Amino acid sequence: MEASARHRQGEGSKGFEKPGPMKQELQELYRYRELLYMIAYRDIKVRYKQSIMGFLWAILMPILIVASGVVVRYAYALVGHAPLKTTDIADVAVKSVPWAFIVSSIRFSLNSLTGNRDLVVKIYFPKEIFPMAAVLACFFDFTVACTALIIFLAVAKIGVSVYLLWVPVLLGTMIMMCLGVGMLASAASLFFRDVKYIVEIFLTFGIFFTPVFYDVRMFGDKGKLLLLNPIAPLLEGLSASVVHHQSPDIQWYLYSLVFSLSVFLSGFVLFKNLEPSFAESI
Amino acid sequence: MSDIALGMVNVYKKFRKGETYNSLRDLLPALTGKMFRGQGLDANDKREFWALQDISFEVKHGEALGIIGRNGAGKSTALKILSRIMKPTKGHMIVNGRLSALLEVTAGFHPDLTGMENIFLHGTILGMSKREIQSKLDQIIAFSGLEEFIGTPVKRYSSGMYARLGFSVAAHVNPEVLVVDEVLSVGDYDFQKRCMERIHSVVKGGTTVLFVSHNLKSVTELCQRTMLLEHGKMVMIGETNAVIQKYLNSPVNVATPDESKPVYLTSVRVRDAAGEQNTFESGRTAWVDIEITARKRVEKLAISIWLRDEAEYELFDTSTVRLGCDPIALQPGQSYRCTFELTLNIAHGKFELCADVLHVELEKIYDQRVPAGNLFIGSSMAVRGAVNCFPRVIESVVYEGGTQEDAVVR
Repeated sequence: MEASARHRQGEGSKGFEKPGPMKQELQELYRYRELLYMIAYRDIKVRYKQSIMGFLWAILMPILIVASGVVVRYAYALVGHAPLKTTDIADVAVKSVPWAFIVSSIRFSLNSLTGNRDLVVKIYFPKEIFPMAAVLACFFDFTVACTALIIFLAVAKIGVSVYLLWVPVLLGTMIMMCLGVGMLASAASLFFRDVKYIVEIFLTFGIFFTPVFYDVRMFGDKGKLLLLNPIAPLLEGLSASVVHHQSPDIQWYLYSLVFSLSVFLSGFVLFKNLEPSFAESI
Repeated sequence: MSDIALGMVNVYKKFRKGETYNSLRDLLPALTGKMFRGQGLDANDKREFWALQDISFEVKHGEALGIIGRNGAGKSTALKILSRIMKPTKGHMIVNGRLSALLEVTAGFHPDLTGMENIFLHGTILGMSKREIQSKLDQIIAFSGLEEFIGTPVKRYSSGMYARLGFSVAAHVNPEVLVVDEVLSVGDYDFQKRCMERIHSVVKGGTTVLFVSHNLKSVTELCQRTMLLEHGKMVMIGETNAVIQKYLNSPVNVATPDESKPVYLTSVRVRDAAGEQNTFESGRTAWVDIEITARKRVEKLAISIWLRDEAEYELFDTSTVRLGCDPIALQPGQSYRCTFELTLNIAHGKFELCADVLHVELEKIYDQRVPAGNLFIGSSMAVRGAVNCFPRVIESVVYEGGTQEDAVVR
């Protein structure tokens, strides 16, 4: 019955005249929150049903990334004639798991509209639910992988500190960025079928331009250039607060935050403006 | 609140025909190329057509309005605009109350999930809250009649079961405004009947209904008023019987005959004993009148007709020559007319009637209409499949041991 109110609210009779103000769109999205959970739940359930490994699926990709990171770090250690420390491995692990989340949430939201053609064409509801549910479902995988990560960190005796309070802030910023990129990418790939290949290339090679296997510090002053990648300060921040018990670099964090906010807002506005023509363009 | 539940005010909808740029690889070169040559992208915009033109109507609370019209008349577009899936090019619409659209009863289903999981998924998509679904769960399952299979993934369902579950969920949404599109062309006769009963009770319960159907009988039963669309324009709106009369009196295929051909089909009409008709009971007789006109001297012509189902599977095919008629020869300006009599021993469903005129020896097709019209077959028999063999059970015996001869027959 909650959904009923939407037509009656003031603009009810002219619901189409112009894209409503953002506040109303957000209110409508809030009214449809159960659908958001439902679609995310569907995506999770289907993914786990289809795969024999079940929950292992959620940690397979992070494990692979961590393993390759360890190999890369071992190579550094050999070349630099320095021993490979536990904190180095913890560093790689703490940055790989969120990176896996970013990659999979962008990948899943990218295809979330084109993969739900019937629903886009036949039934009305706020369509941003699709990319959002994709990110939400990937976040679920992420929490499963995090459980494994926490066990690893405990075994590695990394310990806790007050700086762990930064973790939710950093993750929140990251999720916002993923939602924004997800909305942009899903809408773009609805209109242009080759967008998904372009995005795939970026996702594949992105890891080389992002400090996942390496630290920005290794580059000295030139490391600043790498921090221009808005994901970098977030990952570096996570490694600083979790592994090194330090505060992240606030200035660079603010840079990422501003970027995430603007991607999210522009993604949302663009998505809502394009939404009315989804059904005829898909 | 006004007493208008649903309506459109001067609604126009424009579509673009043909290919548009749907990949960056095509778009970017086209953009840069045209920029250098100083042209816009307008060349692409010329092939547009109006799917709806100046549609205005109002439906009062508790009223049921029917929309009829031939394929391509704009019915589906109108429904999509009303259900907010598409945006009109011009004009606006009025909706007062919770609107639910049944454009597709199974769109929300996921094949890998069980029937039960799909009830929740589909129900949420249609706008119900989880609690609401929970409270109606027993009713929904009972209505679908799928108690035994509710824990089975729906990919193992037959298409009929699929549709039944979909409609059962949709039927329990309890909207204030309901928009229904042809959903009743699915499921067996028994279930169709229950669906109609459900819609009737929804109308009686004071819900505003907009009903789009090819089934003129259902429209008559359900709607006091009906709107007739033709080529995106509203031809008539008013009392249902009068509108249906108008609809039946307009030619079946209003596609303009292609006069560039040596010989062309001028009309293809389907009728029953009473007059033009497209809805038949299985097993009844239909007459198909076909008329051709020659522009040049042509000879050795045959007219063939065939029926196919919605998956374009050909069910039946015949021609005048194969049925023993002589090949036709025509002088310029001459016309020829023939009537096929068909016994519609086909099962219920929607079928397409196609026709062409061809040269018997050269197998050259001069003109064709694929499809020329729709046939809607209803059946009161519980049969499935493409044909209706009119089955009866004439013997049913229980017997013990030995051979059948020992059994007491009847």
